[in-house]
Amino acid sequence: MIQFSEEQAMLLDTAQAFCQQQAPIAQIRNRIEGDQALDQPLWQAMVELGWLGITIPEAQGGLGMDLADTVPIIEAMGRQLVASPMLATTLAIQVLKTNGSDQQQEEWFPKLAAGDIASVAVTEAGGAWDLSLTDCELQDYEGGLIFKGTKTFVQDAAVSNLLIVLARYQGALRWCLVDIGDVPASNIRREAVIDETKKSYSIDLSDVCVSRANVLPGTDTLTFELATLLLLSAEMSGGIEGTLAVIVDYLKTRKQFDQYIGSYQALKHPTVDILMGAEMVRSHLYHAATLWRQSAGSAELESAVRMAKCCASEQFAEAGDRGVQFHGGFGFTYECDAQLFLRRALWGQYQFGDERYQRQQLAALLW
Amino acid sequence: MAEQPVDDFRKEVRSWLKGNKPESPSFLLPETFMEVGTDQQFDFLRAWQRKVYEAGYLGMAWPEAYGGGGRAQIYQDIVNQEMAAQRVPFVPNTIGLNWAGPLILDMGSENDKRRYIKNILSAEDIWCQGFSEPDHGSDLGNAQVRAVRDGDDYVINGSKIWTSLGTYAKYMILIARTSVDGPNKYAGLSFFLAPMKVEGIDPTPIKKLTGEYGFCQTYFTDARIPADCMLGNEGEGWSVAMRTLMFERGAVGGQAGGLSMMDLNINDIVELARRAYRNGRPAIEDPLTRDELVKLVIEAKGNALMGSKAKIPALSQSYPNAVPMSGKLRGSELKRKMTRFALSLQGANGARFIGDDALDGGKWQRSYLNAFSGTIGGGTSQIQKNILGERVLGLPKS
Repeated sequence: MIQFSEEQAMLLDTAQAFCQQQAPIAQIRNRIEGDQALDQPLWQAMVELGWLGITIPEAQGGLGMDLADTVPIIEAMGRQLVASPMLATTLAIQVLKTNGSDQQQEEWFPKLAAGDIASVAVTEAGGAWDLSLTDCELQDYEGGLIFKGTKTFVQDAAVSNLLIVLARYQGALRWCLVDIGDVPASNIRREAVIDETKKSYSIDLSDVCVSRANVLPGTDTLTFELATLLLLSAEMSGGIEGTLAVIVDYLKTRKQFDQYIGSYQALKHPTVDILMGAEMVRSHLYHAATLWRQSAGSAELESAVRMAKCCASEQFAEAGDRGVQFHGGFGFTYECDAQLFLRRALWGQYQFGDERYQRQQLAALLW
Repeated sequence: MAEQPVDDFRKEVRSWLKGNKPESPSFLLPETFMEVGTDQQFDFLRAWQRKVYEAGYLGMAWPEAYGGGGRAQIYQDIVNQEMAAQRVPFVPNTIGLNWAGPLILDMGSENDKRRYIKNILSAEDIWCQGFSEPDHGSDLGNAQVRAVRDGDDYVINGSKIWTSLGTYAKYMILIARTSVDGPNKYAGLSFFLAPMKVEGIDPTPIKKLTGEYGFCQTYFTDARIPADCMLGNEGEGWSVAMRTLMFERGAVGGQAGGLSMMDLNINDIVELARRAYRNGRPAIEDPLTRDELVKLVIEAKGNALMGSKAKIPALSQSYPNAVPMSGKLRGSELKRKMTRFALSLQGANGARFIGDDALDGGKWQRSYLNAFSGTIGGGTSQIQKNILGERVLGLPKS
């Protein structure tokens, strides 16, 4: 059963209107060409709406709501291909919430609610999704700790104030806070990634020193992984709807052989398949969000979240692929918006486990 | 009667079903009323319906005066749930119980109600439906079977197709053309509660792709039916038929209840994957089979969740009709995929057919072939996609 609160409905409404007005798809090429590490006015507007504090307790400057309440916002952003540090920061907040000490939370939550940016650094050069394959190490060094290793796909690192790094200490996985000021700027390198709206970085952490107090007491990585899958699914759910809109618009306006191309069943039927896929992704997504609110931690939740990501990866990648094809020659050009959605789809598909990986995990969970 | 607490009632039903569920017969039972192909199957299912009715578990919310139970709908709902949960056989007179019966209670005369309702419930009178025609598929408004008034009778000519239970039926809900002069094709249609056992009505079984029988083509050759079996007035057949479809699709309540088909869900497929062997091992141990099985689980779960999502207006703004209008497409395609997949779990035995050598008597092979009734009947999946493309996405007509 899916439950959708009044608050979520309001947030969805606000977020849809906000993204349409503040970051319409028509401006996306300006945003890509401008290549600013951060769209400061857009970010400030999001902070002022309270979106960064949604999951932060009220006592620490937030709204004291649930991660499920960010789902409609991230979805609305995905619909317009908005890329902002909200996703990375919300996930960092989640790690702190699950694993941070009171002191760490008290230090960072008010700042993050007020617009400081944070990012979680987990993926490494090999591109493995299984977090237990993490190689990056923390070693004892002069009373403190020193890093060995490099992290990749770190979102918005250049504008982050805080990194939360997953590393191995004495064999076990630990989360560790890193003040971005402690990382030499030359160690932070922009990566070329398929989705040009995303700002992704590789960070060489070798020889970066931190205090032992920076290590988070908690060692839960699954909650972070599931939160990431949930928000990626939300972003992709919005993306599918955007793709569908681009396709439907073209099918209604483009004529070939004296007929609107949407009258051809060869295009109409697979477009209906995309619609059905979009409906299914959204159903899985909000089911997972419902369970997140109700029973975080259970195997039922893990299964629902992985189903959502699996379904989103599969359906969005297919919609994006068909979106390009259905635009014919125009689809082969940079000018056509279909490529933007396909590239976003591929980005999301390969973040934190594609559909085949999720199915493997699900099979193990189910049977 | 004092209202019985529903929990007590559920216990009572559960225990009755446990005690009275018929032994599995030596032959393979059909899975839906559309698949009843032999007298053996028919007799078995009719006896079961009679037993359920006599125990008071059918038509519980229908008026007592006509043979119903006169109780609240909740009791019938509980019976329906328990029948599905306990996997008892279905009750075969579906068209009478769930389409014709509620229609008669809704629009019929006092005489109609006294004449038909009780025997629908007891399965004494089996009902069939004469809507589709060979040349017009599901294009009901285009029905061409003629009904010409002659004295106290109408004389019927033409043919209807996909008449489930046609050879067993005593009555048919029939839509026929009483006039060809109307302002449009719908205006000339009329609706009849037509007797089947009259001269000139000839239900001829059609052999299905499974090799079994399950429905008929019904030929009308100067068949005379009494004029007073018309329901509604002459020329109002289209609106009566639409009313019937509301009952058929469950869009409005009033059905007698009971189980009308054996449910097949994804858990049955998972359970099969555990006990069916593929290349010497339970199929569920094969990594590629697991991958495919997860795909089906996700689709089945997604399908179920879509209904829940559709009830939330905020999540259905862009295409509010996408989910409600795609139910048949999604459900029937999923069933086809699941049953097709079920064969792949059985190794070489996937190629067996109905008989003792096959796993579960060949049930899965038969289910797969019969699954096309869902993806073809009531408008093929391809037509459904045209409808969704045009009415939901607003694409130009094909």
